Amino acid sequence: MARNREGLVLLIDVGPAMHSVLPDVEKACSLLLQKKLIYNKYDEVGIVVFGTEETGNELAREIGGYEHVTVLRNIRVVDEVVAEHVKQLPRGTVAGDFLDAVIVEMDMLIKMYSAGQKGKKRMCLITNAACPTKDPFEGTKDDQVSTIATKMAAEGIKMESIVMRSNLIGDAHEKVIEENDHLLNLFSSNAIAKTVNVESPLSLLGSLKTRRVAPVTLFRGDLEINPTMKIKVWVYKKVAEERLSTLQLYSDKAPPTDKFAKHEVKIDYDYKVTAESTQVIAPEERVKGFRYGPQVIPISPDEIETLKFKTDKGMKLLGFTEASNILRHYYMKDVNIVVPDPSKEKSVLAVSAIAREMKETNKVAIVRCVWRNGQDNVVVGVLTPNVSEREDTPDSFYFNVLPFAEDVREFPFPSFNKLPSSWKPDEQQQAVADNLVKMLDLAPSAKEEVLLPDLTPNPVLQRFYEYLELKSKSTDAALPPMDETFKRIMEQDPELSSNNKSIMDAFRGSFEVKENPKLKKASKRLLRDKPSGSDDEDNRMITYDANKHKIDIVGDANPIQDFEAMISRRDNHDWAIKAITQMKKRIVKLVENCTDEGDKALECVLALRKGCVLEQEPKQFNEFLNHLFELCQERKLSHFLKHFTSKKITLIPKSEAPDSDVVDENADDYFTVKQEPMLES
Amino acid sequence: MELDPDDVFRDEDEDPENDFFQEKEASKEFVVYLIDASPKMFSSTSHSEEEDKQESHFHIAVSCIAQSLKSHIINRSNDEIAICFFNTREKKNLQDLNGVYAFNVPERECIDRPTARLIKEFDLIEESFDKDIGSQTGIVSDSRENSLYSALWVAQALLRKGSSKTADKRMFLFTNEDDPFGNMRISVKEDMTRTTLQRAKDARDLGISIELLPLSQPDKQFNITLFYKDLIGLNSDELIEFMPSVGQKLEDMKDQLKKRVLAKRIAKRITFVICDGLSIELNGYALLRPAIPGSITWLDSTTNLPVKVERSYICTDTGAIMQGPIQRIQPYKNQNVMFTVEELSQVKRISTGHLRLLGFKPLNCLKDYHNLKPSTFLYPSDKEVIGSTRAFIALHRSMIQLQRFAVAFYGGTTPPRLVALVAQEEIESDGGQVEPPGMNMIYLPYANDIRDVEELHSKPGVAAPRPSDDQLKKASALMRRLELKDFSVCQFANPALQRHYAILQAIALDENELRETRDETLPDEEGMNRPAVVKAIEQFKQSIYGDDPDEESDSGAKDKSRKRKAGNADDVKYDYIELAKTGKLKDLTVVELKTYLTANSLPVGGKKEVLINRILTHIGK
Repeated sequence: MARNREGLVLLIDVGPAMHSVLPDVEKACSLLLQKKLIYNKYDEVGIVVFGTEETGNELAREIGGYEHVTVLRNIRVVDEVVAEHVKQLPRGTVAGDFLDAVIVEMDMLIKMYSAGQKGKKRMCLITNAACPTKDPFEGTKDDQVSTIATKMAAEGIKMESIVMRSNLIGDAHEKVIEENDHLLNLFSSNAIAKTVNVESPLSLLGSLKTRRVAPVTLFRGDLEINPTMKIKVWVYKKVAEERLSTLQLYSDKAPPTDKFAKHEVKIDYDYKVTAESTQVIAPEERVKGFRYGPQVIPISPDEIETLKFKTDKGMKLLGFTEASNILRHYYMKDVNIVVPDPSKEKSVLAVSAIAREMKETNKVAIVRCVWRNGQDNVVVGVLTPNVSEREDTPDSFYFNVLPFAEDVREFPFPSFNKLPSSWKPDEQQQAVADNLVKMLDLAPSAKEEVLLPDLTPNPVLQRFYEYLELKSKSTDAALPPMDETFKRIMEQDPELSSNNKSIMDAFRGSFEVKENPKLKKASKRLLRDKPSGSDDEDNRMITYDANKHKIDIVGDANPIQDFEAMISRRDNHDWAIKAITQMKKRIVKLVENCTDEGDKALECVLALRKGCVLEQEPKQFNEFLNHLFELCQERKLSHFLKHFTSKKITLIPKSEAPDSDVVDENADDYFTVKQEPMLES
Repeated sequence: MELDPDDVFRDEDEDPENDFFQEKEASKEFVVYLIDASPKMFSSTSHSEEEDKQESHFHIAVSCIAQSLKSHIINRSNDEIAICFFNTREKKNLQDLNGVYAFNVPERECIDRPTARLIKEFDLIEESFDKDIGSQTGIVSDSRENSLYSALWVAQALLRKGSSKTADKRMFLFTNEDDPFGNMRISVKEDMTRTTLQRAKDARDLGISIELLPLSQPDKQFNITLFYKDLIGLNSDELIEFMPSVGQKLEDMKDQLKKRVLAKRIAKRITFVICDGLSIELNGYALLRPAIPGSITWLDSTTNLPVKVERSYICTDTGAIMQGPIQRIQPYKNQNVMFTVEELSQVKRISTGHLRLLGFKPLNCLKDYHNLKPSTFLYPSDKEVIGSTRAFIALHRSMIQLQRFAVAFYGGTTPPRLVALVAQEEIESDGGQVEPPGMNMIYLPYANDIRDVEELHSKPGVAAPRPSDDQLKKASALMRRLELKDFSVCQFANPALQRHYAILQAIALDENELRETRDETLPDEEGMNRPAVVKAIEQFKQSIYGDDPDEESDSGAKDKSRKRKAGNADDVKYDYIELAKTGKLKDLTVVELKTYLTANSLPVGGKKEVLINRILTHIGK
């Protein structure tokens, strides 16, 4: 196994107590394997379940015991079969012994990979740890666990335990749970093991790290207190956004008979003096220009290179300051972590001493960093202590980038005290708000905190991989609806809300809101909030469920209203384009069928124009008007054109939409100029 | 408009905000600089002790404006300015009034955006001033000439441009004559004073503010009460503070930080759903975003004309240009799974874009690593939903008082995210707002965005070294010594950005020398060398490292990654110079080439050819 590969064994409790959560376990595991199929397709995976009726593992065959542990799959390179397999876990009938299972699994890993082998060995235990474990033949359970853990540490096996505790049934004894927690803790202190307690299917999905990134230092060097005192540190990313993979472009141009077609698409950039010219400028003939007042000043690469700000790699301490001096919202980027060089014991000590003292006195350090030689700029950031709770983990710092003076936009906002008193809450209202903030509590205690970022999965990625799986089976598979599990991050927890119903009602009652009745039609947003012409909307409460009257087509009956409603939908910017396209079709139809009903078409054109100005889509309208003009000419609908001039329908000029390439004067005499030749003919 | 496939994959959140905040003018400023050019302005003002620093008031005024223009053109290049001298020999102004000279350069209206040429020629104004403009007292009792009156008139006429609703209009008046009509006969003086003050009042009534920058003689302070307090309309309270603040004003004009000033804009309008049936309206502002030097325009290097970029998608099989939205594929399970652009955007569309309250947590649940990108500032608005502000303030107060933050789900970014809303109280200092009142929306990472680095550095069963009490004490002493006095976030200017502006200015104005930019982010060397500080550091070092002169002794296992950096000179097995001469470098493997490169601390990136060339260049030197 190569150094950047991983051997993983999933160890899943399928005993009766787990049945209710198994669908979520299946979901989480399947996502994990799916991602492996895409990003780490040489990783190797095995699956062991315990709590099954039958027994099927090598240890049982060789030495007996280890009952109710079944190896569903031996460790092998990940493939489609296993990805399918994990979605249909068997439902067991007996309460499983997770210790037995851990031993079976460890045996598998050891047999598969010798200790010296590179690469990562990982086991992942998913259980509710609520069933009693058997006593070992000799010694105590503690001894046994310590032995196993030490062995695991020696073999370099990492262990992750996900303990699902949301649905304990009656027969789970507190004592058993306590003992099991104690045993799991023993693993943690003797091996690279961690235990995560999850309380909901959502955090179950989040707790299984489905993305495997080889950690890479972005800096190794000195944290310089002054030129004589330097601490050796390594810097890693602590947080980095996981993005949707960049999908390749696909070309269907090649004939279907071409078996060797690559279907690839190349992106070309051409640089031209003017849009029309065919003359292409070579890359070396281009030069960067920067605005200086109304002019653009070219600066050659040589000039930039010789004159630019130069940096030397290093981390320099500027000093310490009160933590309260650095407000939380000044953190500018994703977060780095600064750990002491693990081979330098003294540096570990130095970092630890400073970190602990910082925590004690509520101080933070300000540092200036250049991660790489020749980096374009320096960063100034803040080090905050990350004092470890685990004994075997060295202390470290978190590093957050702080803004420069130029990065701050000093916009003034009215002080709340100076606002008119009708805008401020009275005492009773304040009491109601206090109550809401107190009671709508997501962290009644540290252990019960929900919606921890560390355990919350990304809904979009979850959905993409689900869709990918469906599409791989059938090309025209429909997009699956949003998984129910994710409701917990998108909406208030119904249980929490219903427990606090009286408080919520009080809040609703105390803080009445209504739409501003004085707003004129001119407001763009008003248009959006009025889906159709109901009369009592001035006093209508704005509810979350504005989706009810979602309009997605410009109909025959009320094309203008439909159009206005549709163009103002903000759930996706496509709607504006769709609305414009449909409105155009509608107008063309009206014009084509035109008898004497020119007015309706004209009104539609006016509405379209207005919409295009609001949406800043002048091209859409201007091109369409041209098209309409030609159409009228073709069909000899000159009376219609006369209406245009009389109603003063013009192209959208620059003054109304900066994107337009129509100059104001030209817009007005568009029809007068164009019309004359036609009338003559 | 078609859907651009790249749009779908772009980091969409950054995008709209950047659009919003880029160089769009909202309100702008019109400024007229009025500079007194009377002979009195040219007399030296030197203090007797500093003979070598002879500076006339005229020079002070002109260089102050020149400096200010150089900042202005970067900070607010949409503002329009004009420069007028009064008490001049020549005249040049639309009204054809005597004694007033409006300075300008070609390709520019008299009041217009500043250009490089204007700045360049204004820099040289003192050399040509005598010849082209000339100094001459323009207030003459007999002829009833009143150049101050004329100057105000010319300035006011210039400032007629632009609507006073959308623009700020200002005059800056530089003079060292505190009693312009002092030498007149009493009747003439009264008359001139009256008409001049009336003219100034008219200007002020039109919404033009007149700012006076008086220059004092060393021996005699500018007496504002003689005349000018009425001209600029000071009341007695302001009068006391006025003179002491003048010096600062001049300094401020000269030493402005080069920083593009952006108009206040709403980045996002947000519907905040507090609970079912209750939504309020918030505006989101991007108060903190990394400043960039401004957009780059590609130019043709021979003509310096802007270049148009055309992007085309070409099918590699047929060479045909692809039109319209292009399908995407994801290789998966031995096949290519195809997605249309529409399908992909559907996948991402999981919410309504609202901000939905989920609950509250104590502030200490928000960890230092729960951060992804700059925060967004939220402030309520009653514009469309009446009652929003009240509900917002109530929550705001409760959250501050109970030290809690709100957790909410925000659908307005891609992907939608959990966010923390942290209430921020207003902070004021010296009458200015340091922190506006409102809530800061902090974007939280998802589980897979967070990496467990700490685990990587744990040695199971082996306790990590922890400091002794003495070491902690020494660390504490060190921290006390190294306390930054009056530290405030964003006190540092971005050195690379300031350098960029300096380069831009030097090239635009054909300056011979690059303006020195100071890197404020470097440690305060002087402070670090104070004996007490040095001692504290020394003691901390001593407590950690002991007497061992070798600062570090390796503990435990050797770092494996060392092997990768095996680029020591000892490892060089080949005579590279010989190989280079005979052209045999290409026979070596990339690894061998890299050995040479690392040994000579050259970059090791690139293809083999690039590596060989790099070695050749290095040897060639």
